[in-house]
Amino acid sequence: MSAADLTIAAAGAVLRSGDLSAAGLLDAVRRRIAETEPIVDAFLAMDETGADSAAAAADEAFAAGTDLGPLQGIPLAVKDNMVTRGVETTAGSQILAGYRPPYDATVVERLRAGGAVIVGKTNLDEFAMGSSTENSSFKVTHNPWDTNRVPGGSSGGSAAAVAAGSALGALGSDTGGSIRQPASLCGVVGMKPTYGLVSRYGLIAFASSLDQIGPFARTVDDAVTLFETIAGHDPSDATSYRGDVPQVRADLESGVDGLRIGVIGELAGEGMEPDVLAAFERTVELLSGAGAEIKTLSLPSVEHALSAYYLIAPAECSANLARFDGVRYGLRVDGDNVEQMMAATRRRGFGPEVTRRVLLGTYALSAGYYDAFYGQAQKVRTLVIRDFEQAYAEADVLVSPTSPTTAFCIGDRTEDPLSMYLSDVCTIPSNLAGDPAISVPVGLDGQGLPIGFQILAPALGEPVLFRVARAVEDLANFEARPGLTAGEAGA
Amino acid sequence: MSYETVIGIETHVELKTASKMFCGCPVDFGAEPNTNVCPVCLGLPGALPVPNERAIEWTVALGLALGCRVAERSLFHRKNYFYADLPKNYQISQFDLPLCIGGHLDIETEAGARRIGITRVHLEEDTGKSTHLGESGRIHAAEAALLDFNRSGIPLMEVVSEPDIRSPEEARAYAHELLAIILALGISDARLEEGSVRLDTNVSVRPEGSTALGTKVEVKNLNSLRSLQRTLDFELERQVGILESGGRIAQETRHWDERAERTEPGRSKEESSDYRYFPEPDLVPLAISAEAQERIRASLPELPAQRRSRYLDLGLDNRSARLVAEGENYGDTFDAAVAAGADAKAAANWLTGEVTAHLRRAHMALGDSPLVGGHLAELHAMVKGGELSSTAAKDVLTGVLDGEGTPRQVAEKRDLKQISDASALEAAVDEAIAADPETLDRLRRGDQKIVGFLMGRVMGATGGKADPQKVREIIQERASG
Repeated sequence: MSAADLTIAAAGAVLRSGDLSAAGLLDAVRRRIAETEPIVDAFLAMDETGADSAAAAADEAFAAGTDLGPLQGIPLAVKDNMVTRGVETTAGSQILAGYRPPYDATVVERLRAGGAVIVGKTNLDEFAMGSSTENSSFKVTHNPWDTNRVPGGSSGGSAAAVAAGSALGALGSDTGGSIRQPASLCGVVGMKPTYGLVSRYGLIAFASSLDQIGPFARTVDDAVTLFETIAGHDPSDATSYRGDVPQVRADLESGVDGLRIGVIGELAGEGMEPDVLAAFERTVELLSGAGAEIKTLSLPSVEHALSAYYLIAPAECSANLARFDGVRYGLRVDGDNVEQMMAATRRRGFGPEVTRRVLLGTYALSAGYYDAFYGQAQKVRTLVIRDFEQAYAEADVLVSPTSPTTAFCIGDRTEDPLSMYLSDVCTIPSNLAGDPAISVPVGLDGQGLPIGFQILAPALGEPVLFRVARAVEDLANFEARPGLTAGEAGA
Repeated sequence: MSYETVIGIETHVELKTASKMFCGCPVDFGAEPNTNVCPVCLGLPGALPVPNERAIEWTVALGLALGCRVAERSLFHRKNYFYADLPKNYQISQFDLPLCIGGHLDIETEAGARRIGITRVHLEEDTGKSTHLGESGRIHAAEAALLDFNRSGIPLMEVVSEPDIRSPEEARAYAHELLAIILALGISDARLEEGSVRLDTNVSVRPEGSTALGTKVEVKNLNSLRSLQRTLDFELERQVGILESGGRIAQETRHWDERAERTEPGRSKEESSDYRYFPEPDLVPLAISAEAQERIRASLPELPAQRRSRYLDLGLDNRSARLVAEGENYGDTFDAAVAAGADAKAAANWLTGEVTAHLRRAHMALGDSPLVGGHLAELHAMVKGGELSSTAAKDVLTGVLDGEGTPRQVAEKRDLKQISDASALEAAVDEAIAADPETLDRLRRGDQKIVGFLMGRVMGATGGKADPQKVREIIQERASG
């Protein structure tokens, strides 16, 4: 076994035992990257010098007896919509090709402060808009379980990298499921924290009121480690939560005996692939067997969540992406005057999905349409929040499949945006509510593709969220690893 | 037909907080271009705004000073439009939930006192500054544009009046009073000429007696109170002229051309702009608690109107009361002088007369000069005690302003003290009479001309320092003696 396949916890133990140096661990990961990247294409940019010096610093620290914590010397990957000082950051868009930010995102700072080794920046759907990573304007990332298939998205690069062993853990961002859905499709753990627990400073915004940064890892325990490192108040983010970060370690191993688990009725039947539904139901039975009280709850507004999301997110993105105009940084396409220069730059710099959403959002905010679209969507959002509140009066956590399907084939849904949008039907409600949620792999479908199980908790409910996730991980005992080969395309 | 004028004024005020509205960059008006910038005010990818609490408090302070209601819950919105000097291509501003709503400002013109409604006071961020290179300096003929983002993100407060203003004189009085309040609060330099305050006016005319509003024209680019009034004078004449000749007013934005002394059309608005306002998701709603409001209210300084009425009560005339109340640092200096025993009228006369003239000559502000209130009290005591003539007092004041010391020190150094010692003055008078004995006879005959002659002699002999009042008394004694 390669050191690249170690969990963060196991690698940390090996580093501290002295059997392996951080530089040695980085080498193992780089060998893996060299093997897998030609097939998987998970990364947009590698930070060779940054990773070397971080590994060297970690080794010096170990030698000096300094311990910055469980991420010291651990090779990690960061989604390319989080800015990294001096390292090209594009958010998957031509409009930012070659852009080197002058500062680090708060989460990147926190990883560095914890001694982590950031190996590179991972691929994503352009500006995180998409569910397959096919909207990246640079490359298509392939699912390590079947390289004919998508890794999910938009954080597909991070999910694929962790699945392939090209990083021991990674950060992604989740606006409508962009961490959980690719985690599900790549057979890894992916978690979206409560809105405000992790600073968004330095995250290139897609939809500010929905975006949240979170971890990818191979185990729930590793996800906790990453979560603990990045969570916490940041004075640079006015929406950052000011209270204490909930303590999640204490109850992590407490099991589910006596917990009330609510199955979201609207998301546990129609529209789900049979294998996905079967794996979901089996997992619910296992939880029941472990002492959890299972009940099915109805959240009627969930059915409207997708529509509301596709008004709110584009509306916010239409303003968030306005700054990419060719004036100060990034691509510039000349024009006869400044307006034409801006228009030409944006026309060439943005891909079709981004253009579609910017136009949709601009329209939704226009005079005369605001109330019917954006205003109405905000009302639905309020209803979703209310439905969740009522559900949490009866259950400690809610559960559903993470994605209606397993990984689909590259190119299958690119012609039909609506079918792509449906990939996020299970994940979007927690973004609208601002609540935490996690996807844990629980099995494989008939084609050998991983299936994720989603757990949702109320705001600041990370302790019970991780606790149930840890129990699911144990009960499902998912130990399969990707083969890094092409399956039967189009199956 | 006679027409009624309807004017509303929007005033943009740059606040002089230490740092910008949404980032820590310094607010510094003289810096090299693009030196006071950071990821936030440059709109770099990933940067987020954090509101400046001082700017919010100052906006609330102005709102309270204008009698506004402070919103319990207020929101920042994004105002979306593309412009090269607007880094994010949206401005963080306020929309339907501004910080302060519904106040008023009392003004006085020769036509009398009037109350002008204040619609709202809100807070936003300023844009960067574009400089268009090329012959005309106009945007569309420019060869290139230079952008300076030092101004980007400076807190900008907007005060919107109701369309209650009925004449150019009232417009000027409104702007004057508003700026005086802002200066009293110490929240902005409030200098029109330097762009720290910008005035936009909406002007229309309607037939006398009509209640419907006429087509409004927005006039921008007013950089002094004088040009505000002249702009409005010009614009009203223009609009009435169009209506009289049967024409229609075009809704448009016009600019005041200072040299041509006329308004010129700006770019015509092809369509009404749609700013697609929506709540700024990067910021949380503002909640100004009742306690915070009370704390801000309690810390409000005395406002110009209150100060003026207090000075009128002290016996100052209208003009002096206004000048002393509104001149920068004048009120405080005046109050200190009166508290130290100066006569109010005398102190006001010195401040508005000699002091102002001298400062103007020296291009100096009162606050930067060595003069303090205690000096005026001391000066007053010296005049009252006969030690200084009122003419000499002005010289002494000049010396104090030039940093030569206290009035007493200056009077001694410059040898300006008056001779009021009775025996010395009697000797001087007797000497003058002795030099020309005929004068005594004429005095005794009641020839008043000779009094003046003798006084001139005595003043000449004493180098002008004799107390003229006392000299006159002594001469009269000799006449009857």
